[in-house]
Amino acid sequence: MAVQSVESSTTSSTPSAASRAFGPAVALSCRECGERFELGPVFACEVCFGPLEVAYELPSGDPEGLRRRIEAGPNSIWRYAPLLPVPADVADLPSLNPGFTQLVKADNLARELGVTGELHIKDDSGNPTHSFKDRVVAIAVQAARTFGFTTLSCSSTGNLAGAVGAAAARAGFRSCVFIPHDLEAGKVVMAAVYGGDLVGIEGTYDDVNRFCSELIGDPAGEGWGFVNVNLRPYYGEGSKTLAYEICEQLGWRLPDQIVIPIASGSQLTKIDKGLKELIALGLVEDKPYKIFGAQAEGCSPVSAAFKAGHDVVRPQKPRTIAKSLAIGNPADGPYVLDIARRTGGAVEDVDDERIVDAIKLLARTEGIFAETAGGVTVGVTKKLIEDGLLDPSLTTVVLNTGDGLKTLDAVAPTTGPSAIIRPTLDSFREAGLV
Amino acid sequence: MSVNVRIPTILRTYTGGQAEVTAEGATLAEVLADLEKNHQGIAARVLDDTGKLRRFVNVYVNDDDVRFADGLATATPDGAGVSIIPAVAGGC
Repeated sequence: MAVQSVESSTTSSTPSAASRAFGPAVALSCRECGERFELGPVFACEVCFGPLEVAYELPSGDPEGLRRRIEAGPNSIWRYAPLLPVPADVADLPSLNPGFTQLVKADNLARELGVTGELHIKDDSGNPTHSFKDRVVAIAVQAARTFGFTTLSCSSTGNLAGAVGAAAARAGFRSCVFIPHDLEAGKVVMAAVYGGDLVGIEGTYDDVNRFCSELIGDPAGEGWGFVNVNLRPYYGEGSKTLAYEICEQLGWRLPDQIVIPIASGSQLTKIDKGLKELIALGLVEDKPYKIFGAQAEGCSPVSAAFKAGHDVVRPQKPRTIAKSLAIGNPADGPYVLDIARRTGGAVEDVDDERIVDAIKLLARTEGIFAETAGGVTVGVTKKLIEDGLLDPSLTTVVLNTGDGLKTLDAVAPTTGPSAIIRPTLDSFREAGLV
Repeated sequence: MSVNVRIPTILRTYTGGQAEVTAEGATLAEVLADLEKNHQGIAARVLDDTGKLRRFVNVYVNDDDVRFADGLATATPDGAGVSIIPAVAGGC
């Protein structure tokens, strides 16, 4: 099959036997300076410290054949194996097999928001551990297996810790994950239940991240695969599958507008990468799309930079109920700014009250109980429409990246029974519900 | 003033494989200049062409990210720990 270079890939050589474990991936490439490195467990450029990402030689020349191959694949992210840094037989290896979650046509929500075009919710709470993190971890597990790591680890705001714990259990790795000690109870339990070690660190997520970065360079972390640190280039590619699925589920069509939550900004940049790949491969029509980023006001360094017209992101100390997005020093922030500006989108934020209102709005209109990050995207969508920045007549996809059962604390104070009554008809009538 | 500097894996080629070295200086800028004197080439990895910290490098003096303090002018008290860390992230 002919090969086509996509993104930063410029080589025309075919992958070596050693890299077949990574399918169409041929190298790691620095996003800052373009320096290329062999596929390995490294994440920062030796020249400029820039982030490394996977460069591919993707199959091309037969988009119809590729589309048929994908459609005949399993109902998981592995249907896109020809576009991912994984071996061709990846679906036969032990994995949580995440992905292919519902794209919900949200007509009731559309009416509430005054959307006259199509509005869809990409509901990633349907993944095995109820967040999009299963996608990225599944790719990282394959890389960990290839590199011979025996322990899986991560720094996490909660969802990732659960995803790593579960994936490690299924795939036969030891796990040891690190979280800020004050996370929501649901996320702590979910991270611990899979039997691996869970370590609470007294500090913010940024402190946890720093600790893990230092652990990697220490003998204590020898042989450990940190999915979002030394396996990060592979891990990040899992988010591309959101772009692939959205387009396939729209009938191999690009949405006009996508609203994506921002923590580090990685997911947004990878969705953009996935959309560009589908265009380059001829799987969707080449037409403009707009990408919008969504943050919580209490942790909005990217939104603040976007509104100020800055190219760099000034770190903030997070203070928001949207803890899964509470990254004050977002590594991919500058790239998010580039993408939002390039596509004609925007980056916006909403306060905690609007986040809770949006969680309830989505639940009330579509029967989807989103975690706080989903409240952020729905809340920001509403605000963007009100401000005239998002066109309500077009096809829009809003991401919900996690399950509301993990962040019950956010809605519990204002959500509960309509009435508590005696078990009699009179009592029910007195409650005023009929 | 003497401080302990933790060196990330990708810079250890400059320190002969050492994960931690000592350096002198009352500010981060002075510490980096002293590091360069003893481990030639290391400063150009941490600082860009204009002499500012590269955007994907995080530097901590004790527990504080210098971007929240005074950047390169951040004071480095005697015995302080300085950590140079590539920026990474999780989350969405």
